[in-house]
Amino acid sequence: MTVPEGFDVKQAHVVSEWTHDRPLNACRFDPSGRYAFCGSEDAMVGRFLLADGTRTLCSGGHLTWVRAIAYSKDGSQAISAGCDGKMTWWEAAAAEPKPLRTVDAHQGWVRTLDVSPDGTLLASGGNDNAVRVWNTADGSLLKEFSSHLRHVYNVAFDPTGQFLFSGDLTGALKQWDVAAAKEVRSFDATALHSYNGGQQVDFGGIRSIAISPNGRWLVAGGLHKASNPLGAVHEPLVLLFDLQNKTEEGLKPVRQLITEGIPGGVIWRLKWLADGSIMGLSGGSTGGLLLFWKPDAEKDYHRFALPSLARDMDLHPDGLQVATAHHDRHLRITRLAAKEA
Amino acid sequence: MQIKYACQSIEHGMARRQFLGTAAAVTGGLVAGGLGVFSQRAVAGQLKSDQKRIVVFNMHGGLSQLESWDPKPGTDTGGPFLAIPTSVPGIHISELLPLTAQQMHHLCLARGVNTSEDDHGKGAYMMLTGRRQTPAANFPQLGAVAAKSLTPSDSSLPGHIVITPGGAGGRGNDSAYLGPMYSSVSLGNGNPPQNTARPDTIAEASDAARQDFRRKINERFLNRRRTAVTEAFAYSFEQAEQLMRQRDVFDVTKEPASDVERYGTHDFGRHCLLARRLLEQGITFVQLSHSNYDTHNENFNFHIEQMGEFDRSFSCFVADLAERGLLDSTLIVVLSEFGRTPNINLYYGRDHWSRAWSVCLAGCRIPRGAVYGSTNENGTEVTDGQVDHGSLFHTYLQAAGVDSTGSFDIEGREMPIADPSTGAVAQLLS
Repeated sequence: MTVPEGFDVKQAHVVSEWTHDRPLNACRFDPSGRYAFCGSEDAMVGRFLLADGTRTLCSGGHLTWVRAIAYSKDGSQAISAGCDGKMTWWEAAAAEPKPLRTVDAHQGWVRTLDVSPDGTLLASGGNDNAVRVWNTADGSLLKEFSSHLRHVYNVAFDPTGQFLFSGDLTGALKQWDVAAAKEVRSFDATALHSYNGGQQVDFGGIRSIAISPNGRWLVAGGLHKASNPLGAVHEPLVLLFDLQNKTEEGLKPVRQLITEGIPGGVIWRLKWLADGSIMGLSGGSTGGLLLFWKPDAEKDYHRFALPSLARDMDLHPDGLQVATAHHDRHLRITRLAAKEA
Repeated sequence: MQIKYACQSIEHGMARRQFLGTAAAVTGGLVAGGLGVFSQRAVAGQLKSDQKRIVVFNMHGGLSQLESWDPKPGTDTGGPFLAIPTSVPGIHISELLPLTAQQMHHLCLARGVNTSEDDHGKGAYMMLTGRRQTPAANFPQLGAVAAKSLTPSDSSLPGHIVITPGGAGGRGNDSAYLGPMYSSVSLGNGNPPQNTARPDTIAEASDAARQDFRRKINERFLNRRRTAVTEAFAYSFEQAEQLMRQRDVFDVTKEPASDVERYGTHDFGRHCLLARRLLEQGITFVQLSHSNYDTHNENFNFHIEQMGEFDRSFSCFVADLAERGLLDSTLIVVLSEFGRTPNINLYYGRDHWSRAWSVCLAGCRIPRGAVYGSTNENGTEVTDGQVDHGSLFHTYLQAAGVDSTGSFDIEGREMPIADPSTGAVAQLLS
């Protein structure tokens, strides 16, 4: 991965902000980099044209909130998933996108989607504790992985597409061989989960998984130090795993990537950047923050405060633009470079 | 607090004296022997009587009405969950309660609750006593009032049981001027009352001799100095002895394994099964709680988990009571200290909201398969059928056959059973 010209996270700044009707839950850039799609606290999917912020509403695909978005490899189709358990395919560039196909994917929420690097497979995870793999082209079910005991919070393919990773509420992080449809390994990410006896609640979960472009490292993000889960008192945490270590020791995190001074935060999304560092989006009572770590250091080396609390993030194919989905009904674009003169 | 025997007070007349009189008749005048002489026969017979019972499910922390009894899908406040049809055409509840939805024909929803109090402690006090908390007075909780008003005089079991999520147990401080006889016996995490197993080091015969000696000494003392305090003291001993003899009443492990599985193997499932057992054994009032609904953060994730537990156990409980013919004599109340804000905050949470929320009722005189009251489109205000803690308190009692407009005679002072400034909700009584 080539570091884009002008890339400098310490010069990050917001370049655009566009208004939506409801608080946003999710956002993704399309592979062509022309659009950003978003899901919100309603049944609509929003599409923003990056060139000028023109918004197009896509209706009829869902009954309630949209939580996850993915694309076909060529970007011609967008796929949304929601709390109605459905996945809906859209013609991404149509003047008025209509649902092309809707599939009943999970019993309860679909929390997460990811498309394989070759674009043929779509993975989903949801509240029925299942991980499912679908044919991206026609929406047919190909595989089902069902050993999670609690809600599946996140799924991610590795760069080869041979393996799929899934994480759940309790910090169970599993590696699946997709073709063989079997579990390969289970990693210990339980630092991202806690049970609070006083409040009698399970809390945390693997909110994000990201594998480095070379396939060596996996980061899993969420929260820890949840002294008051019901009151939003918890700190962001990222666990770094070495996927090349095939021993028992390799099932444990190599390092915890932490922050200081963020008493209310949770990692909603992680992305690997071109310079080999890791970018995380933290949302919580401390506000919306883009956090930056080097894999070989425990503490973040930089943080960028967003104008308000954010719940999802994506990195543009150009490696410079970052989209963030905000509670204040805005989609914001941040540029990881100096301001243009 | 002195008991004036000459006053013929209702309190003394209705409870302790009848109880002691019965005891005396059975024992040939062993007055201080009191509770100790009752047998299981009396307990078994209660179920066949017309005794009314009450069970309260306290949804601790503030259950969201929008994720339970009054969903508003598709609105800006509705959240991500859908509404589902129930066994009663036209009534929809949250999709988080699919099993309870199948029992809707037994239930009644009060959707217009407005208590105007967003503080946990004050809200809980209001919902359990039917009155606002004031520095000038303390009022007995529903369990104490029910125990005093509904427990048969010959009952050998406590009338007021609270099953707590944890803790060791003991006695509650919830009966106010009704006195310690009606304060709750707490079953910590659903375990039998504390210290009710006779130590192995004390033989049964030795224990009986010890109790007889205590009664004689006690009787001698009471003949000269009888007060409410000594009454309560003696009662505690007698009740403790009865609890030891009837420890099995509180032992939920005696219930069939199939029922344990059906109710759910989590604590709340076990507590619901215990509540069924206690009610079947003739306990007048049982309160259990389910935690924790104070979801300022990630309200939806937490309600998925909590409602899932509640739905399974509660639906089994309602179905069982109906099937066993106990619903006509058992009032079910699902309450909370308040509801939760229609507004969804930054952290996917909902905060405290007492202006428009819901209570679920069933049994006794409560109409079946009904909804009373409504809120506006996005659930921010009551639009019809507004009720509050006071009117609901009257309603609970009248549903169970207690004239809530009456008074207790406490040392010659009339204490209204429920807030006299309000009354029962007629539409919630059939």
